Amino acid sequence: MALDKATVAHIATLARIRLSEAEQVKMADELSHILTWIEQLGEVDTSGVEPMTSVAAMRLPMREDRVTDGGRRDEVLANAPATAHGFFTVPKVVE
Amino acid sequence: MTALTRLTMAAARDGLRRRNFTATELAAAHVAAVEAARPLNAFVTETPELAMAQAAESDRRLQRGEARPLEGLPLAIKDLFCTKDILTTASSHILDGFKPPYESTVTAQLWAAGAVMLGKTNMDEFAMGSSTTTSYYGPTENPWRRPGDNRPLVPGGSSGGSAAIVAACGALGATGTDTGGSIRQPASFTGIVGMKPTYGRCSRWGVVAFASSLDHPGPLTRTVRDAAMLLRGMAGHDPKDSTSAPVAVPDFEAALTGDIRGLKVGIPKEYRVDGMPGEIETLWQRGIEWLKTAGAHPVEISLPMTKYALPAYYIVAPAEASSNLARYDGVRFGLRVDGKSLEEMYELTRAAGFGAEVRRRVLIGTYVLSAGYYDAYYVKAQRVRTLIARDFAEAFKMVDCILTPTAPSSAFAIGEKSDDPIAMYLNDVFTVPADLAGIPAISVPAGLDESGLPLGLQIIGRAFDEETVFRVAGVLEEAASFTATPQFIAGASSSGGDIGSGHHEPH
Amino acid sequence: MSLIEGRTGSWEVVIGLEVHAQIVSAAKLFSGAATAFGAEPNTQVSTIDAAFPGMLPVINGHCVEQAVKTGLGLAAEINLHSVFDRKNYFYPDLPAGYQISQYLQPVVGRGKIVLDLPDGGVREVGITRLHLEQDAGKSLHDQHPSLTYLDLNRAGVALMEIVSEPDLRSAEEAGAYLRKLRSILRYLGTCDGNMEEGSLRCDCNVSVRRPGEGYGTRCEIKNVNSVRYVMQAIDYEARRQIEIIEEGGTVRQETRLFDAGRGTTRSMRSKEEAHDYRYFPDPDLLPLTLDPAWVASLKASLPELPDAKKARFVAAYALSPADAGILVAERASADYFEAVARGRDPKQAANWVMGDLFGALNRLGVGIEASPVSAENLGAMLDLIADGTISGRLAKDVFAAMLESGDPPGKIVAERGWKQVTDAGAIEAAVDAVLAAQTDKVAEFRAGKEKLFGFFVGQVMKATEGKANPAAVNELLRKKLNG
Repeated sequence: MALDKATVAHIATLARIRLSEAEQVKMADELSHILTWIEQLGEVDTSGVEPMTSVAAMRLPMREDRVTDGGRRDEVLANAPATAHGFFTVPKVVE
Repeated sequence: MTALTRLTMAAARDGLRRRNFTATELAAAHVAAVEAARPLNAFVTETPELAMAQAAESDRRLQRGEARPLEGLPLAIKDLFCTKDILTTASSHILDGFKPPYESTVTAQLWAAGAVMLGKTNMDEFAMGSSTTTSYYGPTENPWRRPGDNRPLVPGGSSGGSAAIVAACGALGATGTDTGGSIRQPASFTGIVGMKPTYGRCSRWGVVAFASSLDHPGPLTRTVRDAAMLLRGMAGHDPKDSTSAPVAVPDFEAALTGDIRGLKVGIPKEYRVDGMPGEIETLWQRGIEWLKTAGAHPVEISLPMTKYALPAYYIVAPAEASSNLARYDGVRFGLRVDGKSLEEMYELTRAAGFGAEVRRRVLIGTYVLSAGYYDAYYVKAQRVRTLIARDFAEAFKMVDCILTPTAPSSAFAIGEKSDDPIAMYLNDVFTVPADLAGIPAISVPAGLDESGLPLGLQIIGRAFDEETVFRVAGVLEEAASFTATPQFIAGASSSGGDIGSGHHEPH
Repeated sequence: MSLIEGRTGSWEVVIGLEVHAQIVSAAKLFSGAATAFGAEPNTQVSTIDAAFPGMLPVINGHCVEQAVKTGLGLAAEINLHSVFDRKNYFYPDLPAGYQISQYLQPVVGRGKIVLDLPDGGVREVGITRLHLEQDAGKSLHDQHPSLTYLDLNRAGVALMEIVSEPDLRSAEEAGAYLRKLRSILRYLGTCDGNMEEGSLRCDCNVSVRRPGEGYGTRCEIKNVNSVRYVMQAIDYEARRQIEIIEEGGTVRQETRLFDAGRGTTRSMRSKEEAHDYRYFPDPDLLPLTLDPAWVASLKASLPELPDAKKARFVAAYALSPADAGILVAERASADYFEAVARGRDPKQAANWVMGDLFGALNRLGVGIEASPVSAENLGAMLDLIADGTISGRLAKDVFAAMLESGDPPGKIVAERGWKQVTDAGAIEAAVDAVLAAQTDKVAEFRAGKEKLFGFFVGQVMKATEGKANPAAVNELLRKKLNG
């Protein structure tokens, strides 16, 4: 599968990674190369084969409904690049 | 103090208990070795004060006769494991300054078992790579060099810092993680032992996620016994990880009986790949002979899906990574590059924070999950993964373990494969299948290639049967009697020329 | 069928609702942080909720139980195998960059809700599915001129997304659906239904068409947080779409926001970009498998739900479907009514509960749980009426006194001397006195003006301060006037 620059620009937007025009061109080339290599999977007959959901052969474990965490705002905010009055802050979002 | 850093972990444990030396002496020797090994750039963060404080506590316990299983043993920790209040970067710019308010389950268990932390080791950014060259903190060098060739070599990756420092005798052992081969391949490249246990054996809680269904924490050590010791300290059920297996941890050391008589060892014909150096084939044959001599029965088996493991991996791993790495958005921790709008802040932060390989994989992962492609790529790859696991299940009906080479080559020069991602990905051709199936596999140093670099052989076992893997690995280790040492040993006078071309600044 | 008259003819509005119901639980769906409403910002946040590196989700079993209970309460299929998926998108109140949700394989499949229509009839509305997911945090856009503030207290709280079929045909039906769903959730105790606190939020999918034609293009109105607003939003949106089509335009599929101040909807700018959520199974979790025996035991332990209760009230208490519907809307009202009605005249009990009591509670602005008049006391008052201790007229005063003091009726009657006078001598004396004082009126009555009888009764009651037994008064008056 050859990816064009526009497709790369679209997925870069979805992934929120800014790429320059030149980077888009280079990335389109690299990704196309990788995807072409990956597509050898098409040779494998997988009809009737269930996709793997987990290698762990066990049931989903469940917690009790007890409050065991929280009440440590300072720790939660300590690594944040920007905070105010106990909130994380980001540039204003327009809805 | 060099002698103390040359000890195996098991010997150091015994020496401490016999009071031949103190934990403080052992730690000081290693702190000095870590400093001496700086030219390798094996660490992102060194923690000498913490090491000495932990060692002092170990001495108090040793004096009281209350030694814990790993009491006083200095270890290096891959910088993917979160360590409370200590910088944790995953070797990425995007985690600038991040000090977790928590300790990963694996490292918490190690400290509770008395181990001593030397620091956080360098790695490929977010564990994406096979060379430890994609780190924001610069590449780590392999302590090995080709005799007569002064070019610095990669230690393999992604756990390259851990492998390099253990090989160079700067730590008795180290933690690593293996997603596509990131413990075993660097172990092979640096002439040490690397063990990837069964998925679910070691908790992933507090380990920065790369690909959740494939990430396996495990040990890197200089001997098989040390790997057994260290894995026992790292393993165990963790209710905080929903994929952690609720099974008891056996005494892996006790499995090292040296007796493999009657054991059936599978030799998969599909592991003879095009372009593999003849000497790797030769070493593999030697390994088969060693095990035969020890009384095991080699059995040719077929793992027909082998060649599809890598392409399946390069769909599943980037897909999971693209989602796992979405949390690095400049809001709650790490790097933020300001922008006029929220969207601009996101895009600039993530463009600046992620290196080229991480960007590449996040974009591939985003693409294969996107509308219209999900079934063709992601679902297809997970179906192939089912077939790969089925291959192993079929094989293990006939054999007790599988012997293969660990990697299709020995260590290569820094920069050698960096312009062709697929050439780099092919390093993991023999290690990826066990990750996809979640089954245990170990790399044991088995010999040197013609250029004088170490090569490893891999033993793959049944899920939760690490004991057989260790037992066979122990026999292999004994037979190979690999005694070669790298050109660079921390604290010893270097015979390999000017290892470490200089100080590594973040780029 | 309820149609909207446009300029060019009549239109049918087609509505499907997606309700996000917050599960009643102490801790969050995948972390041990608390869920209580109204805490200081970011004080109920774990490093799991804030998506710190290496943090992993572990599911709260109680939330699974709540979702399954709700599914059973909606007469829905329970899927014994379901899967948690990641829904990937960037938004600052979604810390991980993905929401853990259920996409292709939800825990609950098809079910139904029966609507009680104003005419006493019923109508079935299909439930498409119910799935478990995490709530997002809260973005505050109005605290600072150039910044958005983020509070992650709500991030990770367990939600049930309950999706209806596009079976609703008017704003009134949508309102009835929401009220009924809320009622069922509250009966089950799986969601408190508090729309002001955001425990129940509604996205409305609205389209219009000519009767009998295929579905039109729909718009989704996000996060409408009261029944009244849902109805307003639908009405506005339907008329907006009709107007567009009637003027020759086409409706654009989009996400819209409801402006409660203006009662209008507007396009949501942040949602303009086409979404690609890249769903895939969350590798940090395993598929959710349920034990059929466990599901069966939950089903056996479900409380009686509004529809069954209503049917029973109609059958057992001979109430009208409309009255029964009102009484069962809230489990507490139904329980109250039953406590009053048990062993008494159910019609009388229903009249008191729905009339005097509901009226009084409305005036006081309190719920039935906080009623000053307990069911026990109201029942005791009905007993006093039945055994003749107080008259129906006096009962109104006793009720007012109970409302004020919370005292039992016996105490009120005793303290205030409101016990009905049944002593024949005392009543006869009062009757005689009234007749003696009203000779003119007595003459008129005897001359044929029989409607004056009520006047004499009133005079006697007045003279006895209402305490005379009305039956005894009637009997004596009749005897003396006709005698």
